[in-house]
Amino acid sequence: MAKNLYSKVFESHSVAMLSSGQTQLFIGLHLCHEVTSPQAFAMLREQGLPVAFPERTFVTVDHIIPTTLEERARPLRDSISEEMFAHLERNAKDFGLKFFGPQTGEQGVVHVVGPENGLTQPGMTIACGDSHTATHGAFGSLAFGIGTSQVADVLATQTLAMAPLKVRRIEFTGALKKGVTPKDVSLAYIAKLGVNGGVGFAYEFSGPVIEAMDMEGRMTVCNMAIEGGARCGYINPDETTFAYLKGRPYSPQGAAWDRAVASWRLVASDPGCSFDDVVVIDGSLIEPMVTWGITPAQAIGITQTMPLVDSFSGSERTVVEEAYEYMDFQPGQSIIGVAINVVYIGSCTNGRLSDLRAAAKVAQGRKVATGIRAIVVPGSQKVKVLAESEGLDKVFLDAGFEWREAGCSMCLAMNPDKLKGREIAASTSNRNFKGRQGSPTGRTLLMSPEMAAAAAVHGKVVDVRDFL
Amino acid sequence: MSIKIIDKVPGTGVPVRGNDIDTDRIIPSRFLKCVTFEGLGDHAFEDDIIALSQHGKVHSFRHPAYQGAKILVSNSNFGCGSSREHAPQALMRWGIGAIIAESYSEIFFGNCVSLGIPCFKVDHATAEKILAWIEANPKGQMECLVSGRKLQMGDESFSLEIAEGPRAQFLDGSWNARSGLLLNLAKVKDVAKNLPYMNGFGA
Repeated sequence: MAKNLYSKVFESHSVAMLSSGQTQLFIGLHLCHEVTSPQAFAMLREQGLPVAFPERTFVTVDHIIPTTLEERARPLRDSISEEMFAHLERNAKDFGLKFFGPQTGEQGVVHVVGPENGLTQPGMTIACGDSHTATHGAFGSLAFGIGTSQVADVLATQTLAMAPLKVRRIEFTGALKKGVTPKDVSLAYIAKLGVNGGVGFAYEFSGPVIEAMDMEGRMTVCNMAIEGGARCGYINPDETTFAYLKGRPYSPQGAAWDRAVASWRLVASDPGCSFDDVVVIDGSLIEPMVTWGITPAQAIGITQTMPLVDSFSGSERTVVEEAYEYMDFQPGQSIIGVAINVVYIGSCTNGRLSDLRAAAKVAQGRKVATGIRAIVVPGSQKVKVLAESEGLDKVFLDAGFEWREAGCSMCLAMNPDKLKGREIAASTSNRNFKGRQGSPTGRTLLMSPEMAAAAAVHGKVVDVRDFL
Repeated sequence: MSIKIIDKVPGTGVPVRGNDIDTDRIIPSRFLKCVTFEGLGDHAFEDDIIALSQHGKVHSFRHPAYQGAKILVSNSNFGCGSSREHAPQALMRWGIGAIIAESYSEIFFGNCVSLGIPCFKVDHATAEKILAWIEANPKGQMECLVSGRKLQMGDESFSLEIAEGPRAQFLDGSWNARSGLLLNLAKVKDVAKNLPYMNGFGA
């Protein structure tokens, strides 16, 4: 019988049926960072449990780490951040886990580090105490964000208790227009299906738009699945996937490589397999997208105006009213021309080499507008080195951007990079929630790296297509 | 680990009106700087509390009438966003033992199961009715029943929805999944051996 990727991977990783009716699912790769793990390791210590498969857990520090060299000196100036960092180091050492620390040159945002090292592979199950774990689905794996108690479950047993999800295939037809990026594709499907449209579903992204996308773009699309309520999103592995993985540090080598590719091909959804739901989106109609509100679904095409409150009813209307009050925008207002204060280019959504290249192309030969604070934060130390080898750092610095060290930075502002007061950020991150970027009253406009770079140059939201 | 069965959650209610109340609002990220969950209850909804107080309003989590409440009631997509278990930990440490809402984010729901906090679903009209009742009767006693899928609220009773899997977990104590998972470690190793990426792709 024809099966979709989700069913194949779920079945091959099923260990047992639990008394609750849930499935005990083997987790092939576990990624760990400093924010959601200390209490999990403490639970193991309390119960005297070892890590069951220490060679399947990889650790890095990303959320709290400062992004300037001076601030990264140990001990970190912020004593709680230092304590979290030190806990992570000690836990990795005591439990025998590989730690991609800053000294190794391999540190970075956990969802950048996994793929660039070839740890993320097709047909795997992956878990991390981080909702953007969905990113890894770009390789045809099932990747779940989990809470801290479940991090402890994975450490102790390399398994999770899970119920199977339904699968919705989202097919993007046609081809993207110039200046339209994977970030715009992501904001478009979330705007269409809503922030909770994916609850209970895994999203399979497919169609010519996805097939034509490089791996980094696919990661952006899967990364945002959780913003649409879907716990995981995935893309069937193909030649693009295999080409990306070949030669990476943890990719299979030699004869194992050919066997791996043969095995990975079998993981993809079979032709004619069934889905619980199918949605078709015409990729050629997607414009550069920008959020105007306080949820990632409150996004519009750059040429559109902000929606009228009267076009919503009931509880949806309440959220729209709340968004207008918080953002201090007017219904019917154009998104073009909205003045910004800060630009943040980076994150697990858009902090990879291709994102930095795209932003640099717009910044090249231009200057950041007066009064705008613009920072570029590479997703990992490796991304930083690659970008510098292409001279992207010089492009950004010449244009007046700050060029930082790797980390999550202003995506959630657990490090020193924060908005102040009512500042508005043009941000390539994934969440525009109230207070998300470090100021309880700060405001976020989500957009692509190209659009964010253009906003930096003009000091306001512009249509990047006019500058390409 | 001892087994704890969770069935009845009695207590007063606390209304948290709104859709899409995300985990950044339940516990802002600056409070994620910690290596234990202790003390998080004091910071639940902190930024919403501050924002409202600047408009001369009091958030229900600070309102004297709702102190000591056990049952949180909200609208749709409660707990969306980050996977931070700090969010349900903060609610639990504030005193919450059960949640009633129109819908939940999946990761938040799962985290609540792990902590032994049943999350029940009701339709919009029922949610509004319960919210209004709590606002009118902040000291009114309520009781959620996992086994009977029921809310008793004053003289009224409402049916509550909870998926069969988590319901069974609360009732047999396996909401704390770890001990059950540990029992199958030998089987885990068998499954691992047969996965292509665990055996050198069939070397």
